[in-house]
Amino acid sequence: MASVTDAELKGMTQEDRVKALGMTTDQLTGRSMYIEFDPDATERFAYPWAPDVDFNKRTELDCDGMTATEVNANIRSLMEDGFGTIVIKNPRGMHSLGVGILNKLNLIIEGSTGYFAVGLIDGPNVRINGRVGWSCGENMMSGTVMIEKNAGSTFGAAIRGGDLVCRGSVGSRTGIDQKGGTIIVGGDTGALSGFMMQRGRMVVCGNAGKNLGDSMYDGTIFVGGEIKSLGVDAVEAELTELDQAWLTRKLTQFGLMPDKGVAHFTKIAAGKQLWNYDNLEPNEKKLIL
Amino acid sequence: MCGIAGIIHKGKSSNVGGEMTAMLQALKHRGPDSTGYAVYRENAEDYVMRVKIAEAEDMDRGRGIHAVLEERMAKVDEILAEHGANVKQKERVRPYALRYVLTHDGNTGEMAEHIEEVDDVEILSLGNGLELIKDLGDASVVAEAYGLDDFQGTHGIGHTRMATESDVDIKSAHPYWAFPYNDVSVVHNGQITNYWIMRREMERKGHRFMSNCDSELLAVYTAHNLANGVPLEESLRRSIEEIDGVFTYLVCTKDQLGMAKDTMAAKPLVLYESDDLIAMASEEVAIRAILPHEIDTTDPYDEEVRVWQA
Repeated sequence: MASVTDAELKGMTQEDRVKALGMTTDQLTGRSMYIEFDPDATERFAYPWAPDVDFNKRTELDCDGMTATEVNANIRSLMEDGFGTIVIKNPRGMHSLGVGILNKLNLIIEGSTGYFAVGLIDGPNVRINGRVGWSCGENMMSGTVMIEKNAGSTFGAAIRGGDLVCRGSVGSRTGIDQKGGTIIVGGDTGALSGFMMQRGRMVVCGNAGKNLGDSMYDGTIFVGGEIKSLGVDAVEAELTELDQAWLTRKLTQFGLMPDKGVAHFTKIAAGKQLWNYDNLEPNEKKLIL
Repeated sequence: MCGIAGIIHKGKSSNVGGEMTAMLQALKHRGPDSTGYAVYRENAEDYVMRVKIAEAEDMDRGRGIHAVLEERMAKVDEILAEHGANVKQKERVRPYALRYVLTHDGNTGEMAEHIEEVDDVEILSLGNGLELIKDLGDASVVAEAYGLDDFQGTHGIGHTRMATESDVDIKSAHPYWAFPYNDVSVVHNGQITNYWIMRREMERKGHRFMSNCDSELLAVYTAHNLANGVPLEESLRRSIEEIDGVFTYLVCTKDQLGMAKDTMAAKPLVLYESDDLIAMASEEVAIRAILPHEIDTTDPYDEEVRVWQA
């Protein structure tokens, strides 16, 4: 402040003077007003280093005789070469297949995978014709993953975004620590699904095991079948027309729409009885005081 | 983290030894410390007894260990004769591992207890169908040393161990024979948290523990239940309530294979079922090692108990 002299202030317009003195006329806006990106922008939204791939360029990759690291390195180098459709053959239960793909890509895995399949991905569209082991799609950021058969436990652990779909049944702790995105299960899910869920939506067309939504902070779970028991602070909520419209759209999109519609779904949300922290951010608090 | 695997053929024999080796080799990354097999041939009249007369590491110690082993072997033979067992065949598979084929009319439990009175002698298994083999190293090493690759049988379980709760030695390796219950064996993946409470309870009831490995408890517990006329399925179901911790375990009897998963479903198991073959393992890679074609597999849920008949 001391850097502004009276002489300088005299030469300024009213607006500049106010700013120079540390006062501002800017309007205060909440976080919700913050524009994260411009929907009309035309530049690429991919990572700066992401290779430009062509979906029409297709290739196959045989996993036999390769380690998971080699397969993943191969996927990367194929993307560098511009291949936009990669078919993985003979995975035979291999772990960690297709992890960390931060690019648009059509990935087709013909067979079953082990643990951590397509974890940490941001962007690709994945179709897996077989079954997946534990922690499929964990920490996924965006994209779609379609699994034709069953999945293991911790399906979509800590998922942030995108659509993770399993046509069959999944194991326990589905969507543990889910922070966004959508998990859709065509069959049943095991115990402790949606444990500590924070945001996002989970749809289970079949039955759910015990302690569904235990200690969930927020987010929504829809269950089409029976729920063995609800976890701590998970409560049944009203299924609104908006929910039904969303369910119809989402399930139709993946060909999982039940014949009897979506009106029978049970909606589970957080009871917020465990919310012992302040509802306001520190800067929001200042505004109210 | 250990690897467990099980396989059962319905109504027919197959190369269970070779299949189990392929499955366990695929699970090597889950536990490289030791590998164990409990494989079952179709019921024979004779008993097969597998005995360990020293630990593998004892062999490097010198100090006349070979003479000591000869002495122990002689004592075992003496006790067998005393109980009226007719030894048809005796094989020293490794310097510290013996295999007897014998006939016996009396109480095998009493005989087994008597044999174990000899210092450092442990009966790994006794039964009409069961052959229990465990040693340090991965599946290919153990299978070669014990000639398991062409073993014909109906069912079996196996284990690759990463020691977390006790030593790396044969006495803490899986599978465990449910002493003195003929033909019953157990493999386990997990940790049992009320081990000492349950162990003391079992010890008060007169059961013996050979190691400090928590998995041994499951074998003793199963043996105790079976001895009291509890069916295998009921024993598995009770264990979920009575035993604390995280576990998935498999139990074999001479014609059954059972599995149980704890209330949290915290330890993995992948299951494949068809009309004539049921295979299960900690990871899908193990099942794919014997069934390379496309198959449907599932994850059993929490508190799930299943029993299959050979």
